[in-house]
Amino acid sequence: MTNLNARSGGVMEAPQHSSGAALKTYFVLLFFLALKAAGNSWMAWGMKQVPERMSMNPALYLRAMLNPFVAMGIAALILALLTRMALLSLADLSFVLPVTAIGYVIAVFIGKAFLHETVTRQRWLGTLLIFGGAALVGSTSRNTTGTPAVEKTK
Amino acid sequence: MKWLLVIAMVFATVLSDLLQSYEMKRAGEQSVSARGLARLLHTIARRRLLILGVACNAVSFFAFMALVQTEPLSFAVPASASSFVLETVLAKFVLHERIGVRRAAGALAVLAGVVLVGG
Repeated sequence: MTNLNARSGGVMEAPQHSSGAALKTYFVLLFFLALKAAGNSWMAWGMKQVPERMSMNPALYLRAMLNPFVAMGIAALILALLTRMALLSLADLSFVLPVTAIGYVIAVFIGKAFLHETVTRQRWLGTLLIFGGAALVGSTSRNTTGTPAVEKTK
Repeated sequence: MKWLLVIAMVFATVLSDLLQSYEMKRAGEQSVSARGLARLLHTIARRRLLILGVACNAVSFFAFMALVQTEPLSFAVPASASSFVLETVLAKFVLHERIGVRRAAGALAVLAGVVLVGG
């Protein structure tokens, strides 16, 4: 099964039907990154307004969810989880992991632009490495297992 | 306690991602339209391994939350990045993904970047 698309020995070769599916993959990726960034920011903003320190007590988490920013953050993060699952149906895990790390880059920019955090040289270097690495992975064929949509009717 | 949380977090993340990747590839291409997401929820409800994957995701999330309460982010983020290495190796040997030189080099650059951003 794994050798289904082992054609012409080109590991990085894109599948033939790829241009529409590739666009869809990058659209889902962008949607995921936007949801994750919004969800994390709302969650962080909301949690700063919650006075109690979190512990193992679930009641504290439930009370924190009454904060509208925390609630919006959770909704966005649940949607992000579903979107990431859709992304995993379109691309390999070893493709999704590095390209979604772009989220770290977005977090650094949000921290700098909106929260006025100081970004050290080390953090900028890390951001650059993530961006370069993700771009490199993004240039490889996104689905190498060649698993077709075989169980749609199951 | 700190290392117990790290082990729980990494183990749960790895298991969650492997299960999700395996099951989602089998489920076929999904979309993120309203109808697509409804179909995805239906798919999750029908697949036990996918439910287990989401449950592992929750364990990983709470382990990370507990970790950042007692440890600095500069420890928690690089510690969580260790799952990245394990997952890429397992993607090759368990999910049979083909990881060429470019993808491996990119993944290593991203890993180094994550450690620098968190550290």
